Amino acid sequence: MLASLEGAVTAATLALTAMGLSLVFGVMRVVNVAHGEFYMLGAVIAWFVSTTLGTHPAIGFVGALIVAPVLVGLLAAAADRLILARINYDPERTIVATIGLLYILQQSTLMTFGPDARPVEPPFNSRIALPWWRQGENGLEMFYPWGLATTSYKLFIIVAAVAILIGLWVLLTRTRIGLVMRATQADREMATAFGIPVERVYAMVFGLGAGLAALGAVLIVPVQQAHYLMGADPLLLSFIVVIIGGLGSLPGTIIAALLIGMSDGIISVFFSPTLAKILATLVVAMVLVFRPQGLLGKASA
Amino acid sequence: MTAATRDAALHLGVLTLLAGLWFVLPTYHSGNLARIMVLAVYAMGYNLLFGYTGLLSLGHALFFAAGMYGLAIAMQQGGWSAAPGFLAGLIAALVVSGVAGALALRTTGVAFMIVTLMFAQAGYLTVLYFGAITRGDEGFVIPQAARSLAGIDLTTPANRYFAALILFGAVFLGLAWLVRSPFGRTLIAIRENEARAKMLGYDTHAYKLRAVILSGTISGASGAAYALLFGYAGATFATVQYSIFPLLWVLLGGAGTTIGPLIGAIFMFYLIDLASGVTDAYMLIAGVVLVLLTLFAPQGLAGTLRNRVWPWLP
Amino acid sequence: MTLLSTRNLTKRYAGVLANEAINFDLPQGQIRALIGPNGAGKSTFVGMLSGRIPTTSGSVTFDGKDISALPAHARIALGIAYTFQITSVFAGLSVHENVALAARRRLGRDGAAVDAKVADSLSRVGLADRATQIAGDLSYGHQRILEIAMGLAQDPRLFILDEPTQGLAESEIADFKTLIRSLGGATTILLIEHNMSVVMETAEAITVLSNGTVLADGTPAQIRADPAVQAAYLGTADA
Repeated sequence: MLASLEGAVTAATLALTAMGLSLVFGVMRVVNVAHGEFYMLGAVIAWFVSTTLGTHPAIGFVGALIVAPVLVGLLAAAADRLILARINYDPERTIVATIGLLYILQQSTLMTFGPDARPVEPPFNSRIALPWWRQGENGLEMFYPWGLATTSYKLFIIVAAVAILIGLWVLLTRTRIGLVMRATQADREMATAFGIPVERVYAMVFGLGAGLAALGAVLIVPVQQAHYLMGADPLLLSFIVVIIGGLGSLPGTIIAALLIGMSDGIISVFFSPTLAKILATLVVAMVLVFRPQGLLGKASA
Repeated sequence: MTAATRDAALHLGVLTLLAGLWFVLPTYHSGNLARIMVLAVYAMGYNLLFGYTGLLSLGHALFFAAGMYGLAIAMQQGGWSAAPGFLAGLIAALVVSGVAGALALRTTGVAFMIVTLMFAQAGYLTVLYFGAITRGDEGFVIPQAARSLAGIDLTTPANRYFAALILFGAVFLGLAWLVRSPFGRTLIAIRENEARAKMLGYDTHAYKLRAVILSGTISGASGAAYALLFGYAGATFATVQYSIFPLLWVLLGGAGTTIGPLIGAIFMFYLIDLASGVTDAYMLIAGVVLVLLTLFAPQGLAGTLRNRVWPWLP
Repeated sequence: MTLLSTRNLTKRYAGVLANEAINFDLPQGQIRALIGPNGAGKSTFVGMLSGRIPTTSGSVTFDGKDISALPAHARIALGIAYTFQITSVFAGLSVHENVALAARRRLGRDGAAVDAKVADSLSRVGLADRATQIAGDLSYGHQRILEIAMGLAQDPRLFILDEPTQGLAESEIADFKTLIRSLGGATTILLIEHNMSVVMETAEAITVLSNGTVLADGTPAQIRADPAVQAAYLGTADA
């Protein structure tokens, strides 16, 4: 049970991060290998903002929640204009270029932020014991088992992630921006013919995708710590989620994030984390080999 | 001069130059060059698949590490001598690339890149998982006494340099011949237009699988030689970074040219060597070079030379 | 003797029938034209013969052997050559190498035989003086002719050409007719063609496809006189 609460926290941030990757792949048909570094930048910027503001942790946190995704999104949009647009989003060259971007972002952070892990204080953090039920003398009774406790902040992560995902869903389905994005996804040529500024849409989508990763990181950084190498795991997990959910499918991404996030917590309780990672990696590779439409996708005719 | 003699002159000239450099270079640089020649073998193996067959793998560290640990574990745990140890490394790489290739080749394009990346990641984690034997990131040393071949001590700088040169030369000449052979030309045809090659009656899947296995085994030979000549095996060599390196070398030197991998390995080795003297963040230079290459010189150094100056460059 | 035949060959794309139960027999040595309005299913049909397009049901027999389960490359190896409707040469390689790749699959490592075959194939289509050019630099018409040379270099028993004269100049079309007639007898030819003068002057027999089924089969004279064909096709053809 505790594992699954931890799992829900993982799933919540993973859903945000993976959603960014999935959105970029869905609309632009490119794989962004530097996605994990945008996540890492989100956490590092959160540390800079909260130490600069330096007053109450809550002020720093709110500041980071706004500043980090915006800065990261702008940086990503700039990278899109300067690099990806110039190689015309060729799928293979994009991967090579984003590998380059990965090292540039990661190593620049090492030069400025340094090699140490640094904590960010949560805005609020009270311990909450959660009730559970058991069969007692008078039927079902409620009790507070040892260990089944979480913090208010962790619950907040879950709530916030759900709220952001709902917001994203509204953006994609109910607004003009969403319509333009979906039109571009469906047919780039046609979208251009209808006067949609495809280049600006691509930059925006790339920025939005990176911003979502940064948001996920800002939410999780008070629980973890900011470190220049922290991008690797979210990148791998996001890959797993996006592949299992079916490349580019947004609902599939959310379901897969829940599945992986929850199971990641559960699996690592039973296996050594290394063995769990080996199995997860191989399973994902096999999904791509034998079911490229994703576990949740429909087989094409 | 016919094309064949010009090719032969170029390749033998490069090998003569490398042999001559031993006598003029200071110790520090000839040591570096020995290392570079072994790594260039890795790059040449990668180039066969990426440059000639058109398959972009992001997981070649798996094959390099298979060769490295095949030799190192056979020698360290099994007490084997160098020659059978080297063979164990080759066989390990052959088997691993056969299995990984058969599975990964069911996919194409971006999926192929991700699947190979995942396989290599699983390989790296496997090295960590068996930390009792591999000692993980820390790695282990192969006893100096065992590192000799046919009575020749491979730990002295001169012997090490020429052993590296012999391996490099064999693979360099072998691949130069291979890419001009009917087999190599079929690989190039697959790179250019796989659907057409298939409709000329070539079993393109079988050709690609052979290319993966050959490429993986050459990469494994490099890994095994690295462990043998420099006496060390560690998990670092199985990381994603070591899958990116051959891509970087080949892109920089020129994909699909016989000389490109060596040029790329030399440039990148010294760039990183210089950068690491200045900062811990030396991989920054690798990132910048990757981005600049994709943007401005996708043909690499030798490829650009071939396009602009010497169209005959093999 | 029948070289190629199909029984109930059917292709369905997401529920839409592109080819329905096609029975087709091609005698050894014949030059056969396959005609029909756009969308009649001609390319789908030859795609299934060569193995490029998987069949939904039915069988293909080549030289007495059921080849329905064979992958494309294995069918080509039996002696079928196929030229693409949309030009598909190795754009980055030389004209010589394009044809050599076609010849080498059969002639193997015998370099001299390959070179002789390449020279012969290129001179038959009139591209001999362009052997060293990069295929991608050729004009569209020359790329189409190069495709034909690649087919010739395979010494096929069955040569399938999908709209080979599309995009060719009048003089090139005349040369093409001569070339096809010179191949007749030794090579069995299946020609998808829109140009009626090419069809009428080269084909010994014609099969008409319409809406995915065989509408008529016969000699050029019979087909010309067939009222059903006239109604379905010739009356509306632009040729």
